[in-house]
This record gives sequence, C-alpha cells and structure tokens, in this order.
Amino acid sequence: MAKDMEHQLETLKEKYQSGEIGRRDFVKYLGMAGIAAGLTGGPFAYFAKNAFAAKSIRFDGWGGVVSEAFKKHAFEPFTKASGIQVIDGEFGDMDTYLTRVKASFPPGGEFNLAHLSGVFDYARYIGLGYGVELDESKIPNLANVMTAMVQPYKSISKGKLSAVPYDLGQTGIAYNTKHISKEKAEKLGASLLWEKDLKKKLGSWTDWRTNIWYAALHTGQSPNEVKDLDAVWNALREQRDLMKKYWSSGAELMNLLANEEIYATVAWSGRVAALQEQGHPIAFLAPKNCYSWQECIFVLKGTDLEVAQKLLNFMLEPACSLAVAEGQKYPSSLDPTKVPMSDAVKKLPAFDPTGKLDGYLFADPDYWNSRQVDWAEKWDRIRAGA
Amino acid sequence: MQNKSWKPWAMMAPSLSAVFLLLVIPVCFIVVYSFWLRAPTGADIPAFQFGNYAKFFEDFFYPSILIRTIRVALETVALCLVMGYIPAYFFYRSETRHKSLLLLLIMLPFWISFIIRTLSWINILGETGLINHLLLKFGILNEPLSLLYNEGAVLLGLIQYLLPFMILNVYVSLEGIDKSLLEAARSLGCTEWQAFREVTLPLSLPGVSAGCLLVFVLTAGTYLPPMILGGPGNDMIANLIFKRVIGTLDWPFGSAISVLLLALLGVIVFTYNRYLGINQVFKSLSS
Repeated sequence: MAKDMEHQLETLKEKYQSGEIGRRDFVKYLGMAGIAAGLTGGPFAYFAKNAFAAKSIRFDGWGGVVSEAFKKHAFEPFTKASGIQVIDGEFGDMDTYLTRVKASFPPGGEFNLAHLSGVFDYARYIGLGYGVELDESKIPNLANVMTAMVQPYKSISKGKLSAVPYDLGQTGIAYNTKHISKEKAEKLGASLLWEKDLKKKLGSWTDWRTNIWYAALHTGQSPNEVKDLDAVWNALREQRDLMKKYWSSGAELMNLLANEEIYATVAWSGRVAALQEQGHPIAFLAPKNCYSWQECIFVLKGTDLEVAQKLLNFMLEPACSLAVAEGQKYPSSLDPTKVPMSDAVKKLPAFDPTGKLDGYLFADPDYWNSRQVDWAEKWDRIRAGA
Repeated sequence: MQNKSWKPWAMMAPSLSAVFLLLVIPVCFIVVYSFWLRAPTGADIPAFQFGNYAKFFEDFFYPSILIRTIRVALETVALCLVMGYIPAYFFYRSETRHKSLLLLLIMLPFWISFIIRTLSWINILGETGLINHLLLKFGILNEPLSLLYNEGAVLLGLIQYLLPFMILNVYVSLEGIDKSLLEAARSLGCTEWQAFREVTLPLSLPGVSAGCLLVFVLTAGTYLPPMILGGPGNDMIANLIFKRVIGTLDWPFGSAISVLLLALLGVIVFTYNRYLGINQVFKSLSS
C-alpha cells in the first residue's frame, strides 16, 4: 500500500513537472492523496498492522535503564535469533499505560506485551478482560520460575496464565548517608519518613498505594489489613507538612536524591542500586513489612500468541534473564535453587536466595483493588491539603 | 454568482473537517462520558445520571482547586501583563532595523520542548542549582534557599510558557497605533508620560485584553508546571483531571470536571467576545 502511494505521488510529480497537469490540479490531487494517506493511516492501519503482525511484536516497559537492559539483553538477541522485530515502547507509570490500553481500539489490540508491576495490576487487566490464555507447554523455561511468583497470578486467572513473572523488587526507603546515619534509619524504620528533623527534606511517590502502605507501617498496622484508617489519613496529613516533593517518575526520584533536594524518600530498590553504582551516598532500607512487588510480562488480548510465547521463553532463558536482571538492577524471577545466579544478581536488593519469598510482603490484589477509587481520591485530597 | 457560493465552503472544508474530527467529536465524547459510571475494575458503564457533577460540588475540595486555578491564572495574567507590556512597548518604539530579529527572539523558546524548558528550572532553582550555587559560592548565604516546589516556582514556569503570547498580543495592538497621534499629543503640550497614559495605553487595551484572555485560558488548562515545579498543595484543576483519568481510570468523573472547566472558560470567552470582541486574539495569533 505504501509502495502504491509512493508510486502514485511520483507519477503525479512527474506529470506536473512535464506540464501535463496544471499547478492547481497538482495541489488538488496532492490534497486528495493526503486525505487518502490520512484515512489509511487511521482506522485502516489496524488491518494493515494485523497483516504484518507476525513479523513484529510490541513491548511496552518502564523506559530508562530498565528499557535499555531489555533492549540490549533480550530484544536484540531475540530478533537476531528469530528474525522477529520487537517494537520497544515506554510508559511512565502503570496507570498511564492502562489508560492508553483502554483508549486503544479495540482495547488492548494496539498493544502486545507489557512489563506490568504488581499482582494487583495483573488482576486489573484480567478484570477488564484484556488477558489471554498462555500455552505453558510452549514456554518450557517457565519451569525455572519461582513457584511463589507464579501462584499469585494463577489464582487470579483460574489456574491459567496471561503473563510470566519476570522480576521482583521492593519499595523501601532511600536515605542520604551524609545526613542520616544507618543506626538512625534502622531504628526509625518506616517512621524515618515522619522524622520532624527532616522537615522539607523528605519526598515520596505520588502513588496512593505506596503512601497508604507506609502510613500503615508507621501507625503499626498491617498494610494488607488496615484496621484504623483514620490513623493512616492523619499520619499522611502530618507527613504532608514535612514533604518537599511528591515525585512522579523514576528519573525525578533519582534527580531529587542525587541533587540532595531530599534526604529520604520511599524508593524503588533498583533505582537506589543504580544511584549507588553512580557513586551517590544513598543507602536502601527495607523496613519490616517493606512493600515488595513482583513484575510480569503480560500478554494482551489480540496478540499473536505463537510469537509472544516464543519471546517469553527466550526472555526466561537463564542467560537472558540474568543479564536483564543485572542491567535493570532487579532480581530475576528464576528460582535460585534451580538456576545458578551470578554474584552481581545475588547482591541486588530484594534478592532471595531461598526462592520461596518467605517474609516478603506483597500487596493483596483483592484488598487494594477493591479500595482503589475511594482511597486514591482520599489520598489526592490529603496531598492537595485537605 | 450563485454557482460560486460553494467555493468558500469548499476552501474551508479541510479546516472545518479537522475542527469537527479533532475537536467537536472528542468534546462530544467527553460530554457523553461525563454521564457514565465507573465500575470497580475501571471499566465504564453507560448511563445517564448527574452523579459525577454532583460529586464535584458535594464538598469544598474540588471547587477549592478550581478557585485556586482561577487565582493562579489571574496572578499569571497580572505578572505576564507587567512583564510583557514593557518589551512590547520597547519593540513598538524601537526604530532599529533588527526589530524582526528581536521579535524572533520572543518566539525562540517555542523551538524547545515545553517539558524540557520546564524541567530546566530545576537546574536553576534547585538547592544545588545555579542561583543557590552562586549565592553560596560568593558567601551571600550560608544555607541554600528553597526556591523550588512551591507556588512561586509554578508561576515562574507558567510565565516562561505564556509571556510570549502576551508580548505578541500587546505588540500587535501597539503597532496598529498611528505614531502621529503621539506627535500630536506632544505638540499639544503632553509630556512623554502623559502621551503614553492618554493615548498609547488606551489604544493598546484591545491587545492587552486579548493577551490577558489567552494567558488566562492557557493557564487554566495547563498541568505540567504544577506537576514538575509545584510542591504539595500546588495542584491545579488540570492535574486533578489527569489524576482522575489516568490515576484511577475514572473517565466519567474526569470528563465531568473537564466539562465544568470547559463551561467556565466558555463563559469567560463568551463574555469577552460580547464586550471586547474576539477578533483581536485572532489578529495577533495570525500576525
């Protein structure tokens, strides 16, 4: 279709240059060609995309160092081995991505694979009907993945999988060791984020879930079963006055810590590892009941499953998975008791040598998703000063 | 003659089609969505009810953000006016042959992404940024100033974005003033200041009001400066819409807030057009 259009435009140009048609007609036909191109680039592009779908697959991820790791250690070798192109997209956060998926027509049809965060996100996508049923026999490397990471997904999608677990991490506390001692940080735990001496030197993510989780820890409650909600809201109000900035992206988090705008904040373990690698005096604290999460590669409805399964199996090859883990600074989902891990992976924050994830507390998807609308709105109100 | 009556429509057809497809239809979608309901999963449920509008007014939280948005927009207008009139007047009075180059400099920031321009303030206003670095280096301060993540920083980001709109509007209006009027005023005994006050300023008011309208409307709908440069409590109405639509997938409520904002801005633009005429805005935009 593109070749046809190019040919027609070339012919039109030649006729104009040779004087066969007038200037006005040339512009008129050019306009008509533009309209045709616009139309075929719109709704009809969906059909064109399907026609070429077997040769490429789209993957959306977190961008930055995470994307680089996927591109270098997974997608480029996969394309080399299979000839299938991986189109690499990015998103800033899960909610933005879900909005884009929801807005695409048909929902999910424009997108194929996504690096989703948390079992609660998996539950949201399944709940919205964007999931598929993967054929596990086509992904033999899935057998090396920690059972503790596979089970939560299977329990949501009735024993089947629409994703493969890929890595895990923690949202702990990052603090500047020049200004906060290790002893003080460990003594205070989650309450470090309420330390009055650090007024206007504290930060937090804009995410409602993370803030409520840490407020629950600060008030001595279980994040997956908050009994005294008023205490949580009051703690968040109290904390708001101590805050300098609620950041909204990983890049912003790293900038705030690296430039010493803030001395302590909730932070993703991988980003802290990246800052440490750059030489910044930032330490990572995982307080008791630290917010742990696991990430998966979710396959969206409408995706060519043969291609998707081939890519997923490739990504779960130990060599690929461990190289990505080292690159993105998050431990792999592969079971350390089945697959030998490199020293670099063993040193990553949130790495569990037992492969059982005992003592790791994950967000209960039913509990958090059922409260999302009310709690997110309440959190927005508090953050805005209510 | 009658045969030619379709020609203006044919000529306008591409623009009208674009407006219809890219503005009218999406706005209609938003209006329809505003009556729908949101399921707990984030799915939308078709309905016709006014619950989303009622929710906006059920307590003072949402109206207070709307009021804050209007206040910040008015502050931005006032600051842009003060900061924009002076350079516009300078361009008007300047006889330099490099005037077009000076005007080009006003447009220069548009060559750089708005996000990059906004982010760059972090390197200027931050605690390790340029200003604090110089103040500390020359011993003027012992502790860095907290210049970022407050309303002042948001206003700065907005002014940087909107000042060129004000300058151009005022300049176009000033350029339309016959300079012989000023000479006449001076020959009748007016001082420079009196001539400005009695002649130039009143005649430039259409451009001033057009600039004010444009800056106000654009400020009311922006969300990047509050998001990047603001601190807790500096969110504006567009940030609220962003959170409802993106954060909680509550498209119906986000749509209802959007419709209310659209209605408010519509009333302002309608009132402006009724008493001052919208032509001045188009005149400066097309200049």
